[in-house]
Amino acid sequence: MKKLTLPLSKDDVKNLRAGDSVSISGVILTARDCAHKRLITLINENRPLPFEIKNAVIYYAGPCPAKPDMASGSCGPTTSARMESFAPTLLDLGLGAIIGKGEMNEETRDALKRNCAVYFAAIGGAGALYGLSIKSSKCIAFDDLLSEAVYRLEVEDFPAIVAYDSFGGSIY
Amino acid sequence: MRKINTSLIEETIYRMALKAGTNLTPSCLEAMNFACETESGEAARFALETLVDNAHVAITEKLPVCQDTGLAVVLLEIGQEVYLEGQPLKDAVNSGVRRAYADGYFRKSVCDPITRKNTGDNTPAVVHTEIVAGDKIQITFLPKGFGSENMSRLFMLKPAQGVEGIIDAVVETVRLAGSRPCPPVYVGVGIGGTFDVCAYLAKKALTREVGTSNPREDIADIERDALTKINALKIGCQGFHGDVTALGVACEWAPTHIAGLPVAVNVQCHCVRCEKEVL
Repeated sequence: MKKLTLPLSKDDVKNLRAGDSVSISGVILTARDCAHKRLITLINENRPLPFEIKNAVIYYAGPCPAKPDMASGSCGPTTSARMESFAPTLLDLGLGAIIGKGEMNEETRDALKRNCAVYFAAIGGAGALYGLSIKSSKCIAFDDLLSEAVYRLEVEDFPAIVAYDSFGGSIY
Repeated sequence: MRKINTSLIEETIYRMALKAGTNLTPSCLEAMNFACETESGEAARFALETLVDNAHVAITEKLPVCQDTGLAVVLLEIGQEVYLEGQPLKDAVNSGVRRAYADGYFRKSVCDPITRKNTGDNTPAVVHTEIVAGDKIQITFLPKGFGSENMSRLFMLKPAQGVEGIIDAVVETVRLAGSRPCPPVYVGVGIGGTFDVCAYLAKKALTREVGTSNPREDIADIERDALTKINALKIGCQGFHGDVTALGVACEWAPTHIAGLPVAVNVQCHCVRCEKEVL
């Protein structure tokens, strides 16, 4: 299991190969369907994004509400394929890594290669475990979207597997 | 005639929803444990073990097993000798769902299909009612996640395609879904009826315990054959390649028209959450 601390350097990314088990610590941002649609609209209208996209890590997820004594509720990954029409645009703007679950299309894999970025597969369905790996959570954009808003999560020892590496390798 | 106040249904739904959100069914957990023991793929076994671990953590920490606490699907089989009094039935169901999703810190995942605006309380539930003999009400609560629901398909086969066509449709659905629905999946299949009835039967099949067979021998054969062919796909847990792509195939059937053979395939992820109670 490789320990990774975010943000990832290009050397970190180049050291990763599809199939590697990793444990991620640092800041990641959640975004799902609706948030992506809004991000792409902002980009198309040449307006600023609500967070720095360069070297950011986007987690395709929508958390459960947090219990009073916790930083986050259950928060496993959602199906990445629904975001594949948006992913290449964000990767070309500097997005450093994606975390989700399941296969993505050829265009996304090409964009990962082109930008030396990486796609991690979290274990779909392990929502409780992932919730416990979240140490802080703050909504930073699109709060009207409720669980679909953009949350800034600080995670510790978040387990994942390298699904697509920066050389075109795939676990699928 | 037996009088049942719908407030009892509300309370029952509330309790069932809370339990379902944080617990896999015992038969699902058993199938997952068995999969851990038999899986030969390394990454797939790691994922399976993580998921079994997650199921235990969810119970001890009283956390949703999966953050997709689902669209609440409620099946009500109401005895014709029951007289319902109190608030309207669907209001009672929705009140139970609303309260459970708030008190359980479950995600609210229901929205308008066009504006995509979230209803904010996970209602309305999908409520199916059947009138049956007797003076009891059987309630089934199935929180349905949509990563798997999205991979479901419906086929209007030709009668000549027969059993082979049915099995091909089931296997093809799982093959096309690949890693997306969180395999290993549980596959509900509706055979026969009309366009709508086969879809309902496929959903109802998912409320059967994992590992059970249809009492009709020829239908049970379809279940077994389809399961063998699905596992031969070697998609494995999370699509990481492995021996266990499905935990089971459950088929339900209804008579159909001489011109048709409707088949619906409803995909359920490995997170089978389903509660049943009889009032």
